Amino acid sequence: MSEGNAASPLLTVEHLTQRFGGLVAVSDVSFSARDREITAIIGPNGAGKTTLFNCLTGFYTPTVGRLTASHSGRTWLLERMEAHEIARQARVARTFQNVRLFGGMSVLENLIVAQHNKLMAASCFTLAGLFGLPSYRKAEAAAVERARYWLERVGLVDVADWQAGNLPYGAQRRLEIARAMCTEPRLLCLDEPAAGLNPRESADLSELLLFIRDHHAIGVLLIEHDMSVVMQISDHVVVLDYGRKISEGPSAQVRNDPAVIRAYLGEEEGA
Amino acid sequence: MAGAGTPPSDFKAALGEAAAAGGIALLLTLPLVGMRTLETSGGLVIHPHFADVALTVLLVFLGRLGLVLIEAGRGGAVLAAAAAMVAAGWLLPFPTEALRGIALAGGLVVALRAGLALRSRHSTLTQAERDRRMDRVGARLQDASRLIGPVAVLFALVLPFMPFANRGVIDLGCLLLTYIMLGWGLNIVVGLAGLLDLGYVAFYAVGAYAYALMATTFGLGFWVCLPLAGIFASLYGLMLGFPVLRLRGDYFAIVTLAFAEIVRIVLLNWTAVTNGPVGIAAIPRPSFFGIADFTNSPAEGHLAFHQLFGLTFAPVHRIIFLYYVILALALVVNFFTLRIRRLPLGRAWEALREDDIACTALGINRTNIKLAAFAIAGMFGGFAGAFFATRQGFISPESFTFIESAIILAVVVLGGMGSQVGVVIAALLVVGLPEAFRDLAQYRMLAFGVGMVLIMLWRPRGLLAHRDPTILLHLRKSARQQQAESEARG
Ligand SMILES: Nc1ncnc2c1ncn2[C@@H]1O[C@H](COP(=O)(O)OP(=O)(O)OP(=O)(O)O)[C@@H](O)[C@H]1O
Ligand SMILES: [Mg+2]
Repeated sequence: MSEGNAASPLLTVEHLTQRFGGLVAVSDVSFSARDREITAIIGPNGAGKTTLFNCLTGFYTPTVGRLTASHSGRTWLLERMEAHEIARQARVARTFQNVRLFGGMSVLENLIVAQHNKLMAASCFTLAGLFGLPSYRKAEAAAVERARYWLERVGLVDVADWQAGNLPYGAQRRLEIARAMCTEPRLLCLDEPAAGLNPRESADLSELLLFIRDHHAIGVLLIEHDMSVVMQISDHVVVLDYGRKISEGPSAQVRNDPAVIRAYLGEEEGA
Repeated sequence: MAGAGTPPSDFKAALGEAAAAGGIALLLTLPLVGMRTLETSGGLVIHPHFADVALTVLLVFLGRLGLVLIEAGRGGAVLAAAAAMVAAGWLLPFPTEALRGIALAGGLVVALRAGLALRSRHSTLTQAERDRRMDRVGARLQDASRLIGPVAVLFALVLPFMPFANRGVIDLGCLLLTYIMLGWGLNIVVGLAGLLDLGYVAFYAVGAYAYALMATTFGLGFWVCLPLAGIFASLYGLMLGFPVLRLRGDYFAIVTLAFAEIVRIVLLNWTAVTNGPVGIAAIPRPSFFGIADFTNSPAEGHLAFHQLFGLTFAPVHRIIFLYYVILALALVVNFFTLRIRRLPLGRAWEALREDDIACTALGINRTNIKLAAFAIAGMFGGFAGAFFATRQGFISPESFTFIESAIILAVVVLGGMGSQVGVVIAALLVVGLPEAFRDLAQYRMLAFGVGMVLIMLWRPRGLLAHRDPTILLHLRKSARQQQAESEARG
């Protein structure tokens, strides 16, 4: 899928700052995330992780900073694009900290909606679809096949026709990841995917993320509090505290960084 | 009365609460109801209406007392008392009709609440379980509607030739179908896309005026103007969409309402074009697809419908024709909606209703999707408006007030947002019943209100709020069964 060398940064964040009135939620953060790697972003509550994601995916316009995505021989300046363009053109997909599914629609429909732009073009902006032309029917069948593929990956084939809102919590989290993957992203941003999962589900999730990285050759940006997941699967870790980047590096190195230990265990520990 | 057997302390507390509610009612009604300004030769004077205030306060007091006692487990006694009040309202002479109405309505609502409370106490089901059971009924109805639908369409097709179908029945049919069509049109915006549009009547007005003006000034025929009216209404939707679609929720609803009022006020005041409050009269009737006219004495070079088919002239021919026109238009909207729900655009609308932020994150351009909903629903509203103009032969801004929007919205919401069959049933209830009971004069709006309260108590999400998936991975049977099993478990 991806040409170019695997070490080229897929995403570059430079001097990102996001202010809310007097509050600086993200302050001068720079880092890069490479293709085919899992980059974890960790930090205590309120460190600015979700805000960083919101800037990346166009939900906030950063106060200062440059966000560049580059793949397939092209470069996108994310801070200048609208949220839906970022998802569609720069191929950045995301999940949300508090799951955002289309609860009243079925599991399968959630995954079909994720392929909206492709299907919309195939239906000639609904004209071909309205008259049921075969070209559209073929596109829809392909969309269902892609959905089935991801349902198999996340173990939800049996419940494909259920209302998404009726699924247990863990299944909803997995469905949200499957839905993001159905948009065929090059960068997948996951906001605390293991929150509220039991240890077995967390282990399955780790496996899924490794599968996505290795078999779909995309970059993954992972916000996570569950250190067992982070340490096990991340190739690179960025640590935020009070909006600033306090450490960065391979997981083994970050784990032993005194600044990180101080941030997590509190000031007294470091003093 | 109702308190017999209740521990005195309980009853006292209930009395106290009812008195408090009465006190608040007194504070509110004294300035609002109790004092009315009256214009006399000597200027404005304040005219007191203390009797009305006393009545209102008494009603609030009794109502609150009833509700508190229901909660305290005295449902049976309250039910009896409230039923007695309704009976009294029905049979006994009252000083004013308003008083009788209040006694009837108040008694009914309290009796209803008592009845509901009694039923829920007798059944061991929780509210959630009852909702789910109703949902299953809705699902079964939905299944049945696969059959009911064609049967209903067949019935609608043969209705004009039924023995009981006199002119009045067909006229009522036209009116009902107009509201069904409007309901289905608004359903696209409210039910599917989840945009609460309080100004749908504006599309209807634009369509009606577009046809009336084009027909009276340029002499264009109905069949040429019908698509044009749709296009004009659709353009109005796009124009409205650009400023309005940035807003969300309540703000959106209020601005659509405001725009509809603006349209009405423009129609009212732009006398040079719209003829202002006088309206436009002598709007041409539709021809038989431009081939023949519905008249006894056709103009030179024109055919008459009865000549074309070798019938004897009857004025009812035109009405039957109009009936079929609106039936066809309504069915077009219905088939369009059924079809679009299975297409990317329709699915995106529903996704937008469920979670618009998630939509954006999936690369869906919200603005375009919403504009499409507005333009398409607006077009259908415009068609209905053109039909209304040609059926009435006369339109004025009076026909496009907020109450029209409210009725169309009530049809959609009561029917169960997004449900096509629900819209039909709700239109029958909301438009058909008051129309059928015109003899009851002022009571019909009261009955309308009571009906709304009833449905909202019984099915807060609408009559048929069940939604079937638009695409299945597995067979339908197994999907239903699995879902039901999981619900039984969880
Ligand atoms: N839209 C907003 N307006 C104002 N303040 C905000 C907004 N979004 C986030 N913040 C503030 O920015 C800071 C960072 O919030 P953020 O949600 O990014 O933290 P987080 O690292 O994701 O925390 P958690 O681990 O709890 O999810 C917090 O103090 C939060 O209150
Ligand atoms: Mg967060």
